[in-house]
Amino acid sequence: MSTPDTHAGHHDEGSYLSGPPGTISRIWQWASTIDHKKIGVMYLFAVLFMFFLGGMSAMAVRYELLDPIRTQTTEFLNASGEIEIVTVTTGESLKELLGAMGIGDSLTGSQIYNRAFTLHGAIMVFMFIIPAIPAALGNFFLPIMLGAKDVAFPRLNLMSWYIYLFGCTFGVLSILLGGVDTGWTFYTPYSTTTDADHWRVVLMVMAAFILGFSSILTGLNFVVTVHKLRAPGMGWFDMPLMIWALYATSIIQVLATPVIGITLLLLVFERLFHIGIFDPSLGGDPVLYQHFFWFYSHPVVYVMILPGMGIISEILAVHSRKHIFGYRAIAFSSLGIAGVSFLVWGHHIFTAMGELAAILFSGLTFLVAIPTAIKMFNWIATLYKSSIVINTPMMYALMFLFTFSIGGLTGLPLATLATDLHLHDSYYVVAHFHYVMMGGTVIAFMGGVHHWWPKMFGKMYNEKAGMLGAAIVFVGFNLTFFTQFFLGTQGMPRRYANYVDEFQTLHVLSSIGAVLLLVGFLIHAAVFFFSLKWGEKAPANPWGGLTLEWECESPPIEHNFHKEPILKHGPYDFETVVPPHCDPKDYPLPENPGKH
Amino acid sequence: MTMIDTDISGVPARILQSPKHWRNAKHQSHWRTGDEEFDAAKFGMWLFLSTEVLLFAGIFCGYAIFRMLYPDAWANGSHYLDWRMGAANTAVLLFSSWTAANSVRLAQLDKQFWFKINLIITIICALLFVGIKFTFEYGVKLPVGKAPGTFFSYPYAHDVHEPLWWSLYYVGTGIHAFHVIVGAILFALVLWRAHRYQAYGPTQYTLVENSALYWHIVDLIWIFLFPLLYLIH
Repeated sequence: MSTPDTHAGHHDEGSYLSGPPGTISRIWQWASTIDHKKIGVMYLFAVLFMFFLGGMSAMAVRYELLDPIRTQTTEFLNASGEIEIVTVTTGESLKELLGAMGIGDSLTGSQIYNRAFTLHGAIMVFMFIIPAIPAALGNFFLPIMLGAKDVAFPRLNLMSWYIYLFGCTFGVLSILLGGVDTGWTFYTPYSTTTDADHWRVVLMVMAAFILGFSSILTGLNFVVTVHKLRAPGMGWFDMPLMIWALYATSIIQVLATPVIGITLLLLVFERLFHIGIFDPSLGGDPVLYQHFFWFYSHPVVYVMILPGMGIISEILAVHSRKHIFGYRAIAFSSLGIAGVSFLVWGHHIFTAMGELAAILFSGLTFLVAIPTAIKMFNWIATLYKSSIVINTPMMYALMFLFTFSIGGLTGLPLATLATDLHLHDSYYVVAHFHYVMMGGTVIAFMGGVHHWWPKMFGKMYNEKAGMLGAAIVFVGFNLTFFTQFFLGTQGMPRRYANYVDEFQTLHVLSSIGAVLLLVGFLIHAAVFFFSLKWGEKAPANPWGGLTLEWECESPPIEHNFHKEPILKHGPYDFETVVPPHCDPKDYPLPENPGKH
Repeated sequence: MTMIDTDISGVPARILQSPKHWRNAKHQSHWRTGDEEFDAAKFGMWLFLSTEVLLFAGIFCGYAIFRMLYPDAWANGSHYLDWRMGAANTAVLLFSSWTAANSVRLAQLDKQFWFKINLIITIICALLFVGIKFTFEYGVKLPVGKAPGTFFSYPYAHDVHEPLWWSLYYVGTGIHAFHVIVGAILFALVLWRAHRYQAYGPTQYTLVENSALYWHIVDLIWIFLFPLLYLIH
């Protein structure tokens, strides 16, 4: 296809952040950019905003759960001797809060609670965590780490950004109209019958449908980029592990997302035209929806975690100054996880399938633990006898090893059929997937943002404040979710605003943890703000990394590299190579470098 | 890159000097060569086609499950479809796949006139397909109540699950027809650019090739839909 030269003017060596004078022309420059770095930065701020929205709805959930919502009916004889029935509902904290703000008076407290946790799930899953690492950090760093000037299809990349915005608009519109209470999974028949006179559910489902296209296009772009745009000299096994992780992620995005596309489309048809495919009264099958849904939505949890694992591989090697242990094992385990991810969806519906199918899915689910454990042991072996530098990214990486291990190991009882019968749909499940999604992906994402912040914006951040924020996040996170393991094993079901009195202490502790989390993230927000405003200029290679992104300037010039880089050493050869732009004495070799 | 000497006499200078003319088109500068860019675009298209297959996989999966559960409804439902219309549409699509493949070859040979003729035939076939579908199939069945789900009101149904058959029929063929329309739009874009700039030639035919690839997958999906919907007992 004939195309204008999209990267005209190689003599222009300015930072990608520099632009024309004038606010409007700068806004236009960003809005029409096909530069992967600008698109990545726009994604970064968009997902951080969505993280804030989703976090606020989580705070609403935890606020409601400080007290159980309880309705009590009492009968008594009044003065004239008649029986009078009095119904009192207590503990509707959110309703009172909204009432004080003058909104939401037609809903009961439980309905408001249902909307709050649905918004939390839908925003966090579809608008934050799926695009968070691939679309924000991946867009920025995948081409640079490969030594390329851009992704394979820059205009497609811009299009997927606008599709993301378009999808988010649908979601926000649905929220502004009052939100939905279906849960983020949109299970039929509830999702096809609730609020039948209203467009909110359709809008939210369309939001997820549209966001799926954005995800597919990003994944497709990355796969082609990895295949076709590696720098001269960079073979498949010279790629940084972050690229392997993003590659595995992209494959899942490309192959799984179309299935949720058709599923959500059928759901919209079902809701608007009652076509009956998921409606038992017409011979349809609601469980079919669950199979379709999880055929996408289980692989997609690896879309969430795999790039996080890639970040951890980078951070651990760079900040412990040691060659990553078991490079190929980590690379292949990413692909292994991607492969197995397509075979385990049934473990979400153990109780709705035959015994044999349940046993098969249970066995396949255990397979996931193998490549995951391979990664975990390799990371720990990397740390062994290395020169660990404790800073914010490294703190997050070490936290990841801890919290993600808990998240992974607590998954095993859920894959076991007998224990799952007891634990499913309880707070144990909630705690498990938050340890994986938040203790895994969000922690890795925060580590990655700190690790690459100096590269992205050319400014250093305040290390001590960053570490303080990380420590508070760690304490807050464990307080919030470790308590929920106890709640779950004792029988607290998920998605209920009411509970027995024995659970209150743990619920209050969990809510205190959520406040700590909020404080921790606010500290990070302040650190980022101060860094952008007053941070000192970052050197090209503040951590002494050996991957290609540390060879370009901070922030990178518009075409990333002054001339096409040629790979001369592996991404983790810390024992033999002094990092470029670095004083060798700043980066001592480990005292007793391990074999690699 | 191969240089091909072709006859440019009779081509207005306005077109020959246009930066969008295939001789003048440059590859985007993040690619080392135009060939690499072409390979990547084609690879990206194949990946996209795999997502199309998976999209339709959902419909085929639903079809298989409900056919297994309600074989009588499926047999009856298929009985109501006119296989001659399906066969006519199959012929139309297969023929258009041939003309689409022709158009790629003719662009490679710089035979601009026949290139455009083949594009036009492909677009006409696409419209013919959609026309037959809407006029002689949807248009005949919907008024007598052979409609999906709760809209179903056909009084002579043999099986209570026939509404579900019609749901899958309309969703499957409807989404397919949407793809046919998208394909026609793609070819119309190619045709317009070919007419306006002579944008495609021996060294520059990425969009032609990718549109044709897309067209073949649309054709292929119909090749599966046709027997599964029209020819079962």
